[in-house]
Amino acid sequence: MSVKVRIPTPLRKLTNEQELVEVAPGTIGAAILELQQRFPGIQERLVDDAGQVRRFVNIYVNEEDIRFLQNSDTPLKSGDEVSIIPAIAGG
Amino acid sequence: MSDKQGYMKALKCRECGREYPLTATHVCEFDFGPLEVAYDYERIRKSLSREAICSRPQTMWRYHELLPVAGEPTVGRQVGYTPLVKADRLAKRLGVRELWVKNDAVNYPTLSFKDRVVSVALSRSVELGFKTVACASTGNLANSVAANAAAAGLDAYVFIPSDLEQGKIVNSLVYGANVIGIKGHYDEVNRLCAEIAGKYGWAFVNVNMRPYYAEGSKSMGFEIVEQLGWRIPEHTIIPMASGSLLTKVHKAYQEFIKIGVMDEAKWKMHGAQATGCSPISAAQKAGLDFFKPVKPNTIAKSLAIGTPADGFYALKVMKETGGHSDDVTDDEIREGIRILAEDEGIFAETAGGVTVGVAKKLIASGRIAADSSAVLCITGNGLKTIEAMTGHVGQTRDIRPSLREFEALLAQDKPQLVKG
Repeated sequence: MSVKVRIPTPLRKLTNEQELVEVAPGTIGAAILELQQRFPGIQERLVDDAGQVRRFVNIYVNEEDIRFLQNSDTPLKSGDEVSIIPAIAGG
Repeated sequence: MSDKQGYMKALKCRECGREYPLTATHVCEFDFGPLEVAYDYERIRKSLSREAICSRPQTMWRYHELLPVAGEPTVGRQVGYTPLVKADRLAKRLGVRELWVKNDAVNYPTLSFKDRVVSVALSRSVELGFKTVACASTGNLANSVAANAAAAGLDAYVFIPSDLEQGKIVNSLVYGANVIGIKGHYDEVNRLCAEIAGKYGWAFVNVNMRPYYAEGSKSMGFEIVEQLGWRIPEHTIIPMASGSLLTKVHKAYQEFIKIGVMDEAKWKMHGAQATGCSPISAAQKAGLDFFKPVKPNTIAKSLAIGTPADGFYALKVMKETGGHSDDVTDDEIREGIRILAEDEGIFAETAGGVTVGVAKKLIASGRIAADSSAVLCITGNGLKTIEAMTGHVGQTRDIRPSLREFEALLAQDKPQLVKG
């Protein structure tokens, strides 16, 4: 088992149009590093120069915003699902 | 004017400035920053003057050059130009010299400011060739997309939190839209819609059409300035959900100066939130330029966005203009609704109660000086959120159709009025 990561449209050029990518269990931070190794360039899209997740990037683990969990340290176990989603306007 | 561009030049990332073509896309591929429409202001300056505006029909489209639709609008041509009401009785109660209510509770056709953004988003969607439109909504947007799509012959899918007020649900269903209730709060509806929008080729008005959609809010600001007799108010108080409306009314004031319709001026933008969902006002009060997301718990469901997409920009605008923010409890929201109704005869939805309640606080604290002029932006109609006031407005007293019973009742209330 592994962790499924849903890749949003703006990043799919980097993942050869793959919508779903599987990474090893660990943490959000480690998952971003693994994505970077496999899809060079993706890290700087998600994380700023200071290593923080960019302010217009929302990352969810099993539908919960990581800012309500442990941010980059949020643990990922087998079977978890990660969504990366741009912020959206009101409604 | 080219067929597909009008007075627009490109979509531009608000963070890094990278430019993109004028398609249905909303996020910078580089840093996920929101895209915004860039205009050819030099050409607009030549076309849009006070005289030109005044010669056109009284709708939001009299400012067409500053709205991102290339050709003639095809959806919502009658929207906007809602009343700007001089609120003398409320001004006296709150203790401010001059108070106005911009009353989008009577906007056409679905009684909220969302008709402005939807007419822009759907007109642009038609220009870009879409047949199906959709939205993530706290209710008002769903109503407006459903109604305007019906009138334009477009298919509509609207996604809402399943616990919304009944009035807002019926108000979407009646137009024949596909209404999908999501068991979760708005931020979760939003997340799902972002995923659906990425997968299906629909025009999601507040996802991939957002750069166009959001610009529709500017028309509220243009109208305020024109209806005040070509004057920018010293204070504008605006309810904040995502924070977009506050930034766009501010932008409207700036654009009127930029194209020469108005002279340079100073103004303050103030933002209002409900205490049960106050990520932006909490950050403003703490002097921060970033916010912490929250899980909403408030009767002001139309403002219940815990992860406000334009929160950073709303904070920036308040800081730059010297504006302030505050938040009010559910009881204060009901009081706000009640005093606006009793003093001005305007029944606003819960977001209006938030705006009035926060205005009261800002005036009491001197943030809005007693000797100044202020505009309250009322964005939606109280008939849609009746649940919030039920049990808080007294109740009817039933009698038989008998003069004797009526006079007995009157004798209890005001005996001096009873005629022997």
